Amino acid sequence: MMRRFLSALASPQVIALVGVLLINWLLFPNFFRITWQDGRLFGSVIDVLNRGAPVAILAIGMVGVIATKGVDLSVGAVMAMAGAVAATMVVAGYPAPVAVAAALTVGLLCGLWNGFLVAVLDIQPIVATLVLMVAGRGIAQLITEGFIVTFNDPLLIFIGTGSFLGLPMAAVIAICLLILVTLLVRRTALGLFIEAVGVNRAAASLAGIRSRMLLFLVYGLSGLCAAIAGIIVAGDIRGADANNAGLWLELDAILAVVIGGTSLLGGRFSVPLAVVGAIIIQAMNTGILVSGFPPEFNLIVKAALIFLVLIIQSPMASRLVPTRLMTREGSK
Amino acid sequence: MAEAGYALEARGITKVFGLHVALDNVDFGLRPGEVHALLGENGAGKSTLIKILTGAYQPTLGQVVAEGVPVTLENPQQAQKYGIGTVYQEVNLLPNRSVAENLFLGHQPTRFGLVHRRKMEQDSRVILKRYGLDIDPASELGAHSVAVQQIVAIARAVELSGKVLILDEPTASLDRNEVERLFEIIRDLKSQGLAIVFITHFLDQVFAVADRVTILRNGKLIETRALDDMTRTDVVRLMLGKDVAFSGATAVEDARPLGDVLVEFKNYGRKRSVHPFNISIHKGEVVGVAGLLGSGRTEMARIMFGADAADEGSVTVAGKPASIARPTDAIAHGFGFCPEDRKAEGIFGDLSVRENIVIALQGKLGWFSALNRDEQMEIAGKFGEAMDIRAASLDMPIKLLSGGNQQKAILSRWLATDPDFLILDEPTRGIDVGAHAEIVRTINRLRDEGLALVVISSELDEVVAYSSRIVVMRDREMVAELNGENINPGVIVQAIANHREPAA
Repeated sequence: MMRRFLSALASPQVIALVGVLLINWLLFPNFFRITWQDGRLFGSVIDVLNRGAPVAILAIGMVGVIATKGVDLSVGAVMAMAGAVAATMVVAGYPAPVAVAAALTVGLLCGLWNGFLVAVLDIQPIVATLVLMVAGRGIAQLITEGFIVTFNDPLLIFIGTGSFLGLPMAAVIAICLLILVTLLVRRTALGLFIEAVGVNRAAASLAGIRSRMLLFLVYGLSGLCAAIAGIIVAGDIRGADANNAGLWLELDAILAVVIGGTSLLGGRFSVPLAVVGAIIIQAMNTGILVSGFPPEFNLIVKAALIFLVLIIQSPMASRLVPTRLMTREGSK
Repeated sequence: MAEAGYALEARGITKVFGLHVALDNVDFGLRPGEVHALLGENGAGKSTLIKILTGAYQPTLGQVVAEGVPVTLENPQQAQKYGIGTVYQEVNLLPNRSVAENLFLGHQPTRFGLVHRRKMEQDSRVILKRYGLDIDPASELGAHSVAVQQIVAIARAVELSGKVLILDEPTASLDRNEVERLFEIIRDLKSQGLAIVFITHFLDQVFAVADRVTILRNGKLIETRALDDMTRTDVVRLMLGKDVAFSGATAVEDARPLGDVLVEFKNYGRKRSVHPFNISIHKGEVVGVAGLLGSGRTEMARIMFGADAADEGSVTVAGKPASIARPTDAIAHGFGFCPEDRKAEGIFGDLSVRENIVIALQGKLGWFSALNRDEQMEIAGKFGEAMDIRAASLDMPIKLLSGGNQQKAILSRWLATDPDFLILDEPTRGIDVGAHAEIVRTINRLRDEGLALVVISSELDEVVAYSSRIVVMRDREMVAELNGENINPGVIVQAIANHREPAA
């Protein structure tokens, strides 16, 4: 057990994260300084965790989808919808728990809809989820009637900006989800089944795996995670912005999963490493900001990172380097 | 084979993939104005030979000769220049473009540098008329039937190439009338002097349209002959490598004591897949299934297992009516299935040997009673050892194992579920001798332990050795059930070859 934990620490993703953090530290010597103020922690590292949480949560849902050889492009739009639902409901006077439950239900239903398109109608995932990616933002705009719906509900704001044991609430939620989903896929046979469906769906059916149910489950989970991220983002800005909430975050989530070593061709996946991927992305963002480079650099650095990951995962690289860097042996 | 007069010739072609010899010193000559059938079971080397003749592969040894001149075909475009055109089983045209565009794609008539659409459509109309097609050249190709698309593909290949036409299973998805129409076109092209290679699994069609036949087996040339002096039985014998003349009734072992009936299929069938069949399988027996490729044997196995749902008939398991609409139903009744295409439907290449073995058992147990790693290791180790799986580690990806070891792992996967009934589709195809023997040994052992088995195999000697009954499939229909002393390769070959109205 201990040995497996140590070997996970030596994974290229964790090494890359340490590398990015070290570069940040060189550019900005105060990067690792953490202070305690008003019952919570402050500092750049904490900020990375806080800002990275929404994408990390999306990645937790996305990783299962990608492991089945799918992709969920709708998560950004689902975030906007969930935020819009939660915000308009508290503004309309519903209690916050009801609003949160409604928003989560919307996210789950969106995910199940994607699952239906993929599992039952057999539509290619990228096209199937594109439907909701486009329509979802429109629905969110209809819900908010084109305005940014602001609110003062303390519970929603707490979800976005509060803290627990000194850590930002968003990070706490992400960590809880990470533990829950990891246990769900690794303590049950789900993880094995997801990987089996991703590697060879025909063989999986013949081996007696109910691949349809499984697809419903992974897309449903992805929708649910997107809704959670949407509520956090809305709580953070105390309002639902249907136009901008979650915009392009599906791409960050996919990038996080791919950095985490899960191939877009499906198969082996790791939830924790996908979260590490999300933190790497945020650490770069934060690093560029705190070190005073113009934020435009962000996009270029991100593009360079994508390029690097693609090269490492390309067939050419695996021919050059016999031990493939981006795939891990037997997970669990 | 060096005499002139061949439109296309392969001389001493050898093709090696890694350690596997796909073609071993094969000669093949194609005369202008003939339809030449190329026959052989899967893996015989037909498609490798075709790919070499069309420039998709380069031969390891040997030479391709076009009209007496040795040529090097780097790619299919170059083959086209030498007049060699190919039509594949699945029409590989653009269904969302017009018929005319498909005919002229890549060499459209132009005017002022733009496509001259009107001329293209006029020319198309003329060409299509020659093939007896009266369709609008401007219509979308995909809107037409597969047969029409197939004819358009042939027309395109002939227009582009014009000397040699290779038809790779062109009739696989056509109905009887459409096949007849296609044959008229083939005969017409033949009379125009085209040399035509025709690949099919349907013997009737070979005898209906071909002049000569070349038979390949395990990468070797078995025979090239005129069809006039051959019977169906001759052809099947050559394809399967069984010498009927010498195999009289073999001494039959004493009938083994049969157990109770375990599974019984009554009028079980599926439209467009396999005609209704009746079969009952006892505990402790192996029912062998013989038949050529495409005879419906795999389809039969698939509906038995629920991989395709039957749309008529009924099944009883241990005397009770059962409903088997999907594999999970079959597995719940204690069935197991090793599919023919190990790579596409059997193994999970990137997953470990261990996971490949436990997956069916885990599927049976469900999501929430997960086997932990130690339990998985124990199960995989136990069955892997019993089957003598040679793997450096049970944690290595199964795709790194040899075909034989992969097959053993898939068999182990089902044995781990403690099955009552196993369906094995070509369990010994394409695996090494050692693994082959191990699998045959396992089939015998399981039978003696009281399992019911259905084994599909092209290896007649092998089927004969372990089966207590043999079912023969032909044209998607179960045509014979052989018992006792009829279980010998000679009778099986006859049953496979026989036509309803005995020919020749």
